[in-house]
Formats: sequence, structure tokens, C-alpha cells
Amino acid sequence: MPSADAETDQESAVDVDVDADADADADVDEAREALLEALTAELGDAVAQTHVVPNRDVWVRVSADAWAETADYLRNRQRFRFFDWLSAVDWLPSPFGRSLEAEVDKVVEDADADGGAAADSEADGPDKYAGGDTRFQVLARVYNLATGIGLNVKADLGDDLTVGTWTGVYPGADWHEREAYEMFGITFAGHPHLRKLYLPGDFEGYPLRKDYPLLARLIKPWPGIVDVEPMPEIEEPEEPAPAPAASTENPEDAS
Amino acid sequence: MAYIAAQAADARVNIELEAEGMTLNIGPQHPATHGTLRIVLQLDGEQVVDADPIMGYMHRGYEKLAEVRTYPQVTTLINRIDWLGSFANEVPFILAAEQLMDIEAPPRARWIRTLLFELARIANVTLFLGDMGVQLGAVTPVFYAFRDREYILNQIEAATGGRFHPNFDRIGGIKDDLPAGWIADTKLALGEIRDFCDEMEDLLVGNEIFEARTRGIGVIPADVALSYGLSGANVRASGVDWDLRRDSPVGQGGGLAYDEVDWKVWTHTDGDSFARYWIRLQEVREACGIVEQLLDGLPSGPIMAKVPRIIKVPAGEAYVATENPLGEMGYYVISQGGLEPFRVKIRSASFSNMSITPWLLKGTYVPDVITILASLYFILGDIDR
Repeated sequence: MPSADAETDQESAVDVDVDADADADADVDEAREALLEALTAELGDAVAQTHVVPNRDVWVRVSADAWAETADYLRNRQRFRFFDWLSAVDWLPSPFGRSLEAEVDKVVEDADADGGAAADSEADGPDKYAGGDTRFQVLARVYNLATGIGLNVKADLGDDLTVGTWTGVYPGADWHEREAYEMFGITFAGHPHLRKLYLPGDFEGYPLRKDYPLLARLIKPWPGIVDVEPMPEIEEPEEPAPAPAASTENPEDAS
Repeated sequence: MAYIAAQAADARVNIELEAEGMTLNIGPQHPATHGTLRIVLQLDGEQVVDADPIMGYMHRGYEKLAEVRTYPQVTTLINRIDWLGSFANEVPFILAAEQLMDIEAPPRARWIRTLLFELARIANVTLFLGDMGVQLGAVTPVFYAFRDREYILNQIEAATGGRFHPNFDRIGGIKDDLPAGWIADTKLALGEIRDFCDEMEDLLVGNEIFEARTRGIGVIPADVALSYGLSGANVRASGVDWDLRRDSPVGQGGGLAYDEVDWKVWTHTDGDSFARYWIRLQEVREACGIVEQLLDGLPSGPIMAKVPRIIKVPAGEAYVATENPLGEMGYYVISQGGLEPFRVKIRSASFSNMSITPWLLKGTYVPDVITILASLYFILGDIDR
């Protein structure tokens, strides 16, 4: 063991993790549950739903109105000093389908491309940790270094796709919010200079939205059938090749 | 702590003064940037009034591309995020997938993973140790660094087949076992790296010019570092005792084998450019020790767990981060039960490490800008992704 102070609950977490995954549901993660209790007590109705994977991770979903307030509470009252990252999720099932069987997965016609209204009920369910009803969610993670607990915070976004900024509490949220702004079109109210981070200023569209097509895939179906001469007398395999070896034809290979 | 804050405040006097300064473009192709970063500086005389990094010259959209690839294919992409320590990029993603699938790699695979992870760290940070010198006008160290890094790259290549992009980690284990004779060769290579570290200590750490240009330059108080999301050596140089290898379940048996070896997390209280250099120097030495112990204790057994031929990951969400050469690197993976991830959020270390630069560069002087950028140590692929 490396020298560690105050890491006792980390170690016990490891022990349980390794050999008790099967009955992990039965475990009670006291530290994380206590944190959620404190959060609920402080924020009240703003806490919509929580989710704990015992001894591993914890999620909390708050209302969009309480988003900035949550950050303030977490940093200044719960000592979540370390800002890890902030991003967003578009829960719309991709209208462009799966990608492997290029022939099957042609572009779905009439894909519902207008934002907000297109949320599909399939996306709901247990696989969405801490739940959520809207198409877009913001998602951030902060750490409490003293206890070693990381917390994932989510919030559902209404149709205006606006949420308060975290930059006042965590200055590091600046770039993360700019990225979410250009990639998802989410507005962070109160951000000092919300402008594009990576993309050129006149770029149109929000690339990480599910209804934004990955043009390289539309032009040339995976795995590059267009420009590869078929080998004689070799049949196409029934299923995608399991070999994880990389294709050498990644069009975006930038190394 | 108090004196660091005082120094930091001192360094930023005058920023409120009205300035009719000039604009200076650094980059996109300045050698200090390890890629194509552009920083627009507003200067008042020699003092920086405002710094605005402009990124995106290397943005490759990996988060989008990952959504149309199967899990095993994704590792090909993410190899290219931090291209100096590629293997380390693969590990957290694979671990996140394993976590969702509830698979655990056998012990030997975990050890070899950790081995290669640390070799990637050595290869990566070794270059920094020399490169920091060249940023300050000392050309010799960088040649030593390129020379000695080669020993490690050769070992990585011998084991994985790829010098820079191993693509070696698999869900459930690793691709191949180590080749014959590799352990002895690696030990020799570690000896070269240790000598290199001693050389760097002689050439730079004790050097008067080096110290004058790094001590007290670019001071980051611990609390500021944390709220900007700095990680890795940058935050340890500010006195924060935080290392995911020790402080996360993933490093402690949940995928990597750092709990099996004896090592130490180094911290420094100064938070300046010198401290960041010094920490990385110690960490390379520490990494050599970790690798040596892992080589000595390598368990036998299989290198792959039982995994289905076609990898489908059950629905769920997982965030796994590891202590990469540049800092915390993590993947937030959302699966909806398919062959490919529904969403992958890549948390790369350099992105957060760089986000402090507008704050940090304010009030500094032009020659120090390069020192500070070099000491923060970022890889552009790791910023732009």
C-alpha cells in the first residue's frame, strides 16, 4: 500500500467491489447515502431523483432552476472542491440508426429533427441513472478530495435549453460550458463570454446532437466498402467481425 | 499557503490598469505548444493583460465518432488523444466497459496493464523533462530525452507492436502475453531512465538559470487549481495530495494493480513552475520503481477473462478515471445495451489543465509565458480530442 492518510473508506470500498459485485444491490453505501441525505435536506424539492451504485459512484438529478445553487452548495458547504468536468447528453435515439450493417441502417427518412419534442420513450427506463424526462440533460462531476467521493450531477433541460452557469462557483466550468454550448446548443445563463470553443465562429449546427449526421459515415458506409475492392470468392461474414483489431482505414486517423 | 497567495496576488498587480497595448499571437505553431495551439496575448509593454487560448486546430470529434463504433474499435481512436502516452488512454475506457459488463480481468492482465501504463507515463513525462529545458533555451536536455525515451518505446513496441499507438488493451484483459526476454530488457531500459533522471537533475534542477526562470513563476494556489479542475502533477505541485492511482478504487485492485506495489505520491508546496517540474521528475523515478516491482512479482495465469465473442455492453452509465501521465483522464460511458456506446464523454487532463491559463497568464511577463505553458505540460490532442 502506498502511504495514504484518511483513505480507510476507499480501501473498504475496494474490498467490497472486488468480490461482492453480485450482491452489490444489497450493500448500503453509508458515505454516499449520507451525502444524498444532506443534499436532499438542503435543496429540498429541487432534488428530483438519486441513484447509488454502492461503493462505486453516485448520481443526483436536480431541477434546472437549482443547477447553479447546487454547485454553490456542493463546493462551499460540502467541500466538493475539485471540479472534474461538465457536459451534456442528448437522449434522442439516433435517427441514423446503428452503424455496423451499412446496408440495413440507411438514414431513417422523416427523422424528427426538431429539438425538444423528439424525445423517445425508449430512452427512458432503468438505464438512465437518476432518471430524466427531457431530451437534453446537463451532466457534471465534482469531487470531494477529503472523502474521495465523486458526485455526478444531472439536470433536465426545458425547451429553452437554458441553465445557470457554474463559472461563478467553479471557474474551470468556463471552457466546459462553452464546449457544451457549441456541441449541444445549451445556453448557460450568466456565463461571461459564451462563444464557440473549438468550432469556427460561423459553424452551423450542434455536432454532438444525435440528429446531427456524421457526414463521413453517410458518404462512405462503414467499413469503407466504397473504396475497397472486394476480394474474390470471400463471403461477407454474417456478423461484425469480433476482432478488436483496428481498421487501418479510419478516415480521421490524425496521428 | 498564505505566501503563495500573496505571491499570486503580487504577480497580478496592474491588470486593472488601462492599457493601450499590443496583441501578440503565440502559435498556432509555436514549439512550446506540442501541437497547434494559438494563444492571443494582449500586452502592456512586456506584461500580459489578457490571454485567450484558441483551440480546435486539432479537434477530431472523438466523442461523436465513438458513437458509431463498437467498444473494441473505440480504443483505436482514443489512442490518439494523448499521443505520447497512448496506452494510458485506453485503460480507463476499457475499465469503464468492464465495469458496465461486470467483467474483471485476470491478475496477470491487470499487472501487465499497470506495467504498460507506467511505461507510457515514463515515455510521456521523460519527454517533458527534456522539453522543459529547451523552452528555457537549454537545448541539450531535449536530445537526451529523445534518446532515452527510445529505450522505453522499444519495450512498448516489443510488447505491443506499436511504438506510439499500442491499441493493446482489451475488454477482459490484454491482447497478448509479454514476449520472451522482455522483462530483463525492460529492467535495462529502466536503468537508462534512472540515469536520465539523474542527468536532468544535474543539468536543470541545480542550474541557476533554470531555477531563476521557474521558481516563483506561475504560482497556482491549491484551491484555484482544484476549482479549475487541474489534476496530475500540476495539482500535486500545489500541495494537494491526490493521486487516482492511490485514491480511486480503480487503481486499487479494481482494474489496475497499484495496491500490489510499494510507492509514494509526491507533493510539493510551492505551486510554481519549478515545483511542477520537480514533481514530474520524482514521478518518473517512482514509475521506474513501480515497473520494477511489477516485473519482479508478475503473476502467472491467463491474460483474458471469458468475454463474449461479440461484445454487447449492458445498459448503464459509468465513469472511470485513471491517473494518466498528464493528469486525470476519464470516460463517462453511457450504454443502452448495444454494440456501440450511446455517448462517451472524454474527460481529458490537458483540457482542464489548460483552462487555467487565462487566469494564470494575467500579469505575467512574456518570457514567463513560455515557461508557464511548458510547465503545465499539455498535449494538444489531449485538449482538442
